[in-house]
Amino acid sequence: MQGLFAVYRKELSDHFTSNRFVILFALIAMVSFITSYMAGINLRENLEGVAKPKFVFLMLFNTPGALFSMVQFVAFFGPLIGLVLGFDAINRERADGTLIKVVSQPIYRDAVINGKFLAGATTISIMVVSIVLVIGGFGLSLLGVVPGIEEVWRLVFYVVVSVFYISFWLGVAILFSIFFRSIATSALAAVALWIFLSFFVSLGASVLADTAVPVDRQEKANPETVMKNVRIKEGVSLFSPMVLYTKASATIIDPMRKTTRSLVLLGPMEQLSAARFQNPLSLGQSLVVVYPYVVALVAVTLLCFAISYTVFMVQEIRT
Amino acid sequence: MEGQSIIEMKDLSKVYNHHKAVDQVSFHIEEGEVFGFLGPNGAGKTTTLLMLMGLTRPTGGWARVCGLDPVRQAKEVKTQVGYLPENVGFYGDLDAVQCLEYIADLNGLARSEASDKIRDVLEVVGLKETVGKKVGTFSRGMRQRLGVAEVLLKDPKVMFLDEPTLGLDPDGAIRLMNLIQSLNQERKMTVLLSSHNLYQVQKISHRVGIMIGGKMVAEGSIKSLGKEKLGVEGEAYSLEEIYMKYFQEV
Repeated sequence: MQGLFAVYRKELSDHFTSNRFVILFALIAMVSFITSYMAGINLRENLEGVAKPKFVFLMLFNTPGALFSMVQFVAFFGPLIGLVLGFDAINRERADGTLIKVVSQPIYRDAVINGKFLAGATTISIMVVSIVLVIGGFGLSLLGVVPGIEEVWRLVFYVVVSVFYISFWLGVAILFSIFFRSIATSALAAVALWIFLSFFVSLGASVLADTAVPVDRQEKANPETVMKNVRIKEGVSLFSPMVLYTKASATIIDPMRKTTRSLVLLGPMEQLSAARFQNPLSLGQSLVVVYPYVVALVAVTLLCFAISYTVFMVQEIRT
Repeated sequence: MEGQSIIEMKDLSKVYNHHKAVDQVSFHIEEGEVFGFLGPNGAGKTTTLLMLMGLTRPTGGWARVCGLDPVRQAKEVKTQVGYLPENVGFYGDLDAVQCLEYIADLNGLARSEASDKIRDVLEVVGLKETVGKKVGTFSRGMRQRLGVAEVLLKDPKVMFLDEPTLGLDPDGAIRLMNLIQSLNQERKMTVLLSSHNLYQVQKISHRVGIMIGGKMVAEGSIKSLGKEKLGVEGEAYSLEEIYMKYFQEV
């Protein structure tokens, strides 16, 4: 334990004093500031003279301002935080000749990798929490609404899910830094995987679904083929952690959505009743809806770390 | 020098993808001696040291370091043995004290105890005046001495020094060797010294071992090796002559 704690402390202080952390934090703080400001201005205009809807406070996070909402922003660019914090975790120490020195101290070898992962995860948590708090405080002054207890809880869940999501990418980055000796290679590989999983998987999913079950958009399509098409598309796109994260945080941060599905087939009467009863999901029900996605997200994060752990433990320390 | 064996190994072997890096090596090191570990590059010296530290698993044979098994009790071995790797690296943005503090943390030393010790070891290696200077700006000689300071911090019984004088200027090399000798004499530290600097090794070693191609081809005091190989008595030959003799035979 003593070794784990020493590595953890060292890594944490490294993260907070490193230039890349400062730059990243400044960038993210700036963007979230701007998006929440846009959202806030939008909301204030739209809400004037209207009865205040429930969960106005959450709308700060899920209303797309000019370009995208805060939640979308984290989904897109959160992974970069994880990648930047971890892409040279092991191979830099290997190249500098400090790794062998550290493991020849009386510690277990896993203390190195556990300490690094935990320090990264702590940094991510601090980052996400502070961003949410900044936006919250900003919203308070901009909108003049105080969050209810339920909104606070929803934000807490949202923070937890986001930390796991970004930690997944931290795990990926650390894994690559173990696999690849060269720092540039591991950074490139991690970014390539990020681009592939975040952008191309969703693209590929619709291509795959359309090839397997073609749907004629012009004519009235058979609902069954439409359903099949959408099932394939959603199934494949779940391979993307970004989709997983978007779904896992969907009804938590946006209680009006009620479902994580992107396509909902409704008849005219159902549409009418849905429009009339615009009530948000309760917190418990929201959690039930996203539960499977949250579990999957946590599972891939842990899996990724477990692979890094095993590879690191059996790898020759030399070369 | 008659002491107890502090390091012992029998038929220690390491095979990396069909290549025998270390091939059934057996020797021992006595407590309180300086053992010169010689051999060309790639002879398997570093691999042997790593196996003795428990950082690499041997594929055959066994070893005992301070009575401990490096395979099963790696952590205990590492509290007794200080290892200075070849081309040791440092965190360039820390100063000497911060580097030592991290090593002290890893060794579980309490902060109050550590700061006294850090002052001591910096004094011993002669880096006291560098406080506040980043290690990234250190000269090679200073870095090697800081490496020795890191090793000394845990009060080891045994020091493994892998090519400590590599790339040092003559003055730096002599100072480092004098430091090693004084540690051996004053603190009764056992030293396993791997080096190419045969002249320096001859000056401070009690016994030497010569490793070539993964095998230990000779082991003993320089005197006995000289007698055996060159057939001369006394001190009128250099370790270099003996070494070249062995090298040509293999």
